[in-house]
Amino acid sequence: MQIRHYVINYAHISVNISFASSRLSGACRVLWVLWVLKVLCLVLSAVHEPSVPEVTVGHGAARSRCRRSFRNVQPRLVASERKRGERKTPAGEMSGSFRDPVVLRSDDEDLVDVLEERRHGSDLGFTFRTFSPPSCPAPSVSSSDLRQSVLDSLFLRHVAKEVAVETGSPLEMVMGDARSILEEMSQNLQLGFIRLMAFTLTKVFKKLFRSIFINMDGLNTLQQAVQENPVVLMPNHRSYVDFLIISYILFAFDLPVPVIAAGIPLAGMKIVGEILRRSGAFFIRRSIGSDKLYWAVLSEYVRTIIRKEFAPFEFYVEGLRSRTLKSLTPKLGMMHMVLEPFFKGEVFDITLVPISVSYDRVLEESLLAHELLGVPKPRESTAGLLKATRILQEDFGSMFVNFGCPLSVRSLCEGRIDRCRFNLRPRHVPQQPSADVQACVSWLAHLVVRLQEEGSVIGPWSLMCCQLLQNPVHVLTGDGLDWQQLSDGTVWSRRLAVDCGARLSWSGSVSDPDVMTSAAALHRSVVQRRRGRVYLLQGEEPERRRPIGSEDGVMRTAAAVLMLASYRNQALHVFVRPAMLAAALNVTRSRRREQLLGFFCFLQDVFSHEFIFVPGRSTQDFEEACFYLKKCGAVNIDDQEVTVPDSGLEVLSFLQKLLQPFIDSYQVVFRFFCEDGPQVFSEKQLLPAVRQFATKLILSGELHTYEALSSDTQKNVLSALRRLQAVTKLRASEQNEYKVNREAVRRTADVLAGKIPPQMLQATPDARL
Amino acid sequence: CGRQPGSIVGVSNHIWQIKRQEIMKWNGWGYSDSRFFFNKKGQAEFTGRRYRLSGLIIPGLKDWFESTFGASLQHKTPATVSPILNSSAVQPPTLNEAFVEELKSTGIPLSHDAEDRVFRAHGHCLHEIFALREGKFGRVPDMVVWPNCHNDVVKIVELACKHNVCLIPYGGGTSVSSALECPPEETRSIVSLDTSQMNRILWIDEKNLTAHVEAGIVGQDLERLLNESGYCTGHEPDSMEFSSLGGWVATRASGMKKNVYGNIEDLVVHVKMVTPQGVIEKSCQGPRMSTGPDVHHFIMGSEGTLGVVTEVTMKIRPMPEYQKYGSVVFPNFEQGVACLREVARQRCAPASIRLMDNEQFKFGHALKPQVSSIFTSFLDGLKKFYITKFKGFDPNRLCVATLLFEGDREKVLQHEKQVYDIAAKFGGLAAGEDNGQRGYMLTFVIAYLRDLGMDYYVIGESFETSVPWDRVLDICRNVKARIIRECKDKGVQFSPLSTCRVTQTYDAGACVYFYFAFNYRGLSDPVHVYEQVEHAAREEILANGGSLSHHHGVGKLRKEWMRDTISKVGMGMLKSVKDYVDPNNIFGNRNLL
Repeated sequence: MQIRHYVINYAHISVNISFASSRLSGACRVLWVLWVLKVLCLVLSAVHEPSVPEVTVGHGAARSRCRRSFRNVQPRLVASERKRGERKTPAGEMSGSFRDPVVLRSDDEDLVDVLEERRHGSDLGFTFRTFSPPSCPAPSVSSSDLRQSVLDSLFLRHVAKEVAVETGSPLEMVMGDARSILEEMSQNLQLGFIRLMAFTLTKVFKKLFRSIFINMDGLNTLQQAVQENPVVLMPNHRSYVDFLIISYILFAFDLPVPVIAAGIPLAGMKIVGEILRRSGAFFIRRSIGSDKLYWAVLSEYVRTIIRKEFAPFEFYVEGLRSRTLKSLTPKLGMMHMVLEPFFKGEVFDITLVPISVSYDRVLEESLLAHELLGVPKPRESTAGLLKATRILQEDFGSMFVNFGCPLSVRSLCEGRIDRCRFNLRPRHVPQQPSADVQACVSWLAHLVVRLQEEGSVIGPWSLMCCQLLQNPVHVLTGDGLDWQQLSDGTVWSRRLAVDCGARLSWSGSVSDPDVMTSAAALHRSVVQRRRGRVYLLQGEEPERRRPIGSEDGVMRTAAAVLMLASYRNQALHVFVRPAMLAAALNVTRSRRREQLLGFFCFLQDVFSHEFIFVPGRSTQDFEEACFYLKKCGAVNIDDQEVTVPDSGLEVLSFLQKLLQPFIDSYQVVFRFFCEDGPQVFSEKQLLPAVRQFATKLILSGELHTYEALSSDTQKNVLSALRRLQAVTKLRASEQNEYKVNREAVRRTADVLAGKIPPQMLQATPDARL
Repeated sequence: CGRQPGSIVGVSNHIWQIKRQEIMKWNGWGYSDSRFFFNKKGQAEFTGRRYRLSGLIIPGLKDWFESTFGASLQHKTPATVSPILNSSAVQPPTLNEAFVEELKSTGIPLSHDAEDRVFRAHGHCLHEIFALREGKFGRVPDMVVWPNCHNDVVKIVELACKHNVCLIPYGGGTSVSSALECPPEETRSIVSLDTSQMNRILWIDEKNLTAHVEAGIVGQDLERLLNESGYCTGHEPDSMEFSSLGGWVATRASGMKKNVYGNIEDLVVHVKMVTPQGVIEKSCQGPRMSTGPDVHHFIMGSEGTLGVVTEVTMKIRPMPEYQKYGSVVFPNFEQGVACLREVARQRCAPASIRLMDNEQFKFGHALKPQVSSIFTSFLDGLKKFYITKFKGFDPNRLCVATLLFEGDREKVLQHEKQVYDIAAKFGGLAAGEDNGQRGYMLTFVIAYLRDLGMDYYVIGESFETSVPWDRVLDICRNVKARIIRECKDKGVQFSPLSTCRVTQTYDAGACVYFYFAFNYRGLSDPVHVYEQVEHAAREEILANGGSLSHHHGVGKLRKEWMRDTISKVGMGMLKSVKDYVDPNNIFGNRNLL
């Protein structure tokens, strides 16, 4: 039996390969041939290898144990949304709607280590295992059929005609363009390549990670969901490594492998791009701008995948890899394309699955920090990938993949969308999304990102970083921090995190000191432990000819600080709401709920791009913050007032210090706009100028946080100011130029500093599609 | 009445006496002598001798019934007060004595007998029949009158206006929109105006091919009487055994063979209606007029809110020379719909073309009567083998279209070929006349089946919509799925039957029928659950671009959606007509608005 499978699969692969090789240039072809030979060898050797019994046997029990209907599983956030109206007291509200925080341990029987099996079994047995996913609602569709139905679609024809009229070129030519766009974009999912991917990734993952934990019950509900409605997998994106991790897991657990939206740079990688394409990736250009035809092809392609229901669809709602390990404000364009078939009644329902990928240590940690400081990202290339293989020698701890509860778009949209609005026009005629559709898409996207945050697992290292960054940077680089102080603080903040509903990966079976020692050891590239003290390590020497100036010194420290900040950010979503209340208490010096709520909402407006807040939930967020602070004894709350007992000061100070770097950084940018900055600027000019301004302030000792140097923060300030209409984009400008309203910026800065109370700031709903 | 003896072409047969309940069920569908039951062997049988299925054994029904609904023959829920009505449970009538006195002096027959009143207090919505089976009666009419002709109606309406009595016209009683329910808030005396005695064809005009008919005539009688003269109207709604001409006009009815003969609005040439303001009718019988908005369209679809339709001049056609049934099997529903669309595009639809989905195909299959010869069953087996094995149709996906061709023989055969050729392009295989004919026969017995289901914890109903072509597939899928999901959410323990068929094709769209039934064991208030699910299904229909109703009408059941359907201004227009024609709400059934 086993042998027969090998033979069949071998035939399959070789056909694919010969086809692919015909399309590749000479140099690549040589590589291909080598690859083919290697695969051939592997296949032949595999025949002699002892066959592995059914690889999923180990999980069978868990799988059946957790089988339940996914529609009954309401995510916490949604459930709380529903119950909101019925409840009166905030405390009762919170305790009822948020499930008791559980400390997830890695030895928890609910979590399964995917690599465990791989370390014991044969990788080839795994690669060539019988793959029989439960059938999707619809029969499979070949990639060429998919392309054809996109080209045949009334929608694309409609747009193509419009484009033809606008540009004056013949329709056939426009359709030809559409065809080549589609070819550049199109995925070409093939089981043979999934197997190749599974083989390679097994090897790589075993080197990189100690374990990859996944939650079995999430996977079980997913298994149910893929058989019912089109499924959209929505992972967060923290590292290049997680690009194929979902496909890998789904293959390992006999679930249909998804089609994945990827950035076009990946397609440019020699061979790897083609392998990705055949593993289900399709590629989207980065800056589409106003290319009408491209939008049309892309959106129809996405919609067709959803409509045909032949495979799950996977995309990153955040749009790109988060450089800060903090969730990004969701991008709404793709989200809208995905949801449209539901709005227009072309599918009964769509199931969204938030997936949270968390790492003990991120592969690109130092690259990311440097990118934030303005060092350009290296281009994705196969050569680069091969060079990067040296990181295979390093230890990156564990990876956690949490499959969230599937969300029914239909249930969530109930009452938010009037689907009748699509009744009076043919559905293929393009239509500007109406305000309620835009708001709904934005709301759903934010909701998913929030659920990703809730599902992500926080490691001890994140909490240690929270503690480390409570200290001034010069202490960390100079005298260092007492280890005992750090570990006591971390254990203390662990309790706080649990109180605030965090999911921790803090094994109970190992003693706390050992956990922290091991976490610090894992991150020895950033911190060093010497003689009972912990020191922050400066970044490596940048390869430069010039002598190192003081500014370079700032950059080197900043790189290290930003790395710490990134890991702190992993835990921030747990603390941010209570921390904003803490900041409100501190800044307003008021106890009145109304006033605190006012400032809390102002902070949400200012930090709208920094942290994820589900639109329309400000009051609930405030109640949530009150509830958690009360729960950990930091505040007392009655109908009118929020009072702080002395015992609560420690918590409040910790939380406030967590938020302080952001407040300080925002104030720096505000100050830049008001004092130094030009009235009109482009984003390209802005970032280096602000960086320079902030560097000066740091050198002069006026500014203590190095996070102000992060381009991410700077961009977020810009977005927030645009949302508050203190900065406006110039319409006529082609280079994305902006105009500053200094008075408005100053006012915002004053409110943030507590000098004037928050007025009703004009915030436009942020729902551009 | 001033009718001339010579002009009477025929008189309706014996059935529609004043006491209709003597031959018809008062708490179920149709004739008392015709019903399904499971015999001692557990086989389904259909009693009576009125239908092709009568007296036959249907061996497949029990298995289908049990496996589809999870029902069991052990769990029975017979009607509590069947078959005799307990008149003491009915509220005593509120009579307007002055009205009664004056009416009696006219000699028009009337009754306040409980049986007569209950019989006319309902249509055939599920909740109405369910309540009757449980012996529950809400507000019922206080009196029934049987006018014999147009002038009788004029008198009755005059008296009703004079004494402020509420009139509810009653034709065949086959409404499925709660249109016949007495508004519980009505305090006046309610009089049910039964048109069944106005059942004559007054004249036939062979030059213009029209017939002038009293509006109380029932479909089957109209057709039979016209057939005797060699004509037909061709208007055959599924309820034609019992529904009346006046009812068709009042609800904008649609017939199965509308592709050849047209819907009621195409058939009507002239209407006479008695309103509180007097009689409305046009002065001539011109085939088309440009005289402002067509006043017929205030009458058609007025659902008894404006007056009583008394006489109608209708188009008639010579009886078709040749009729032929047919059927086509498609590999899946999508292909079937594509074929129907193409047939409509080429405007070559046969008299009737209907597409059943897979569930309904299986249902139809379960209703096959026992075959007498081994040869037939062998042939059936061979057919099945050919379709599923040789042609590779998935038995769980295939669906069937039933066809009816009419006309002269040669044209029918030519037409048949054209349609089968189109079907072949969409993977359709001709599946024989027998399947087709059985399909149409089922439309008459399906209502009897609901009564059988209700004996075993199964309740159900059908509802319809019309929808543009591009949305047919989407609406079918979404509404069926919505029904299943709602049932689950509302705590229905067994998976429901949720199925549909496309029953009419138009240039710009189609009429879709949904059937929905479920086993309610374990539910405390099954009718409420049923109503919630039906409500959700209607919302889903509207959200998917379907209409509020294709031919059942609005009644009181679908009133809440009228405003969204025809806009605020549209509502205002209808209201102002009502306010002018019937300012005192004499026709107070409160339908529509």
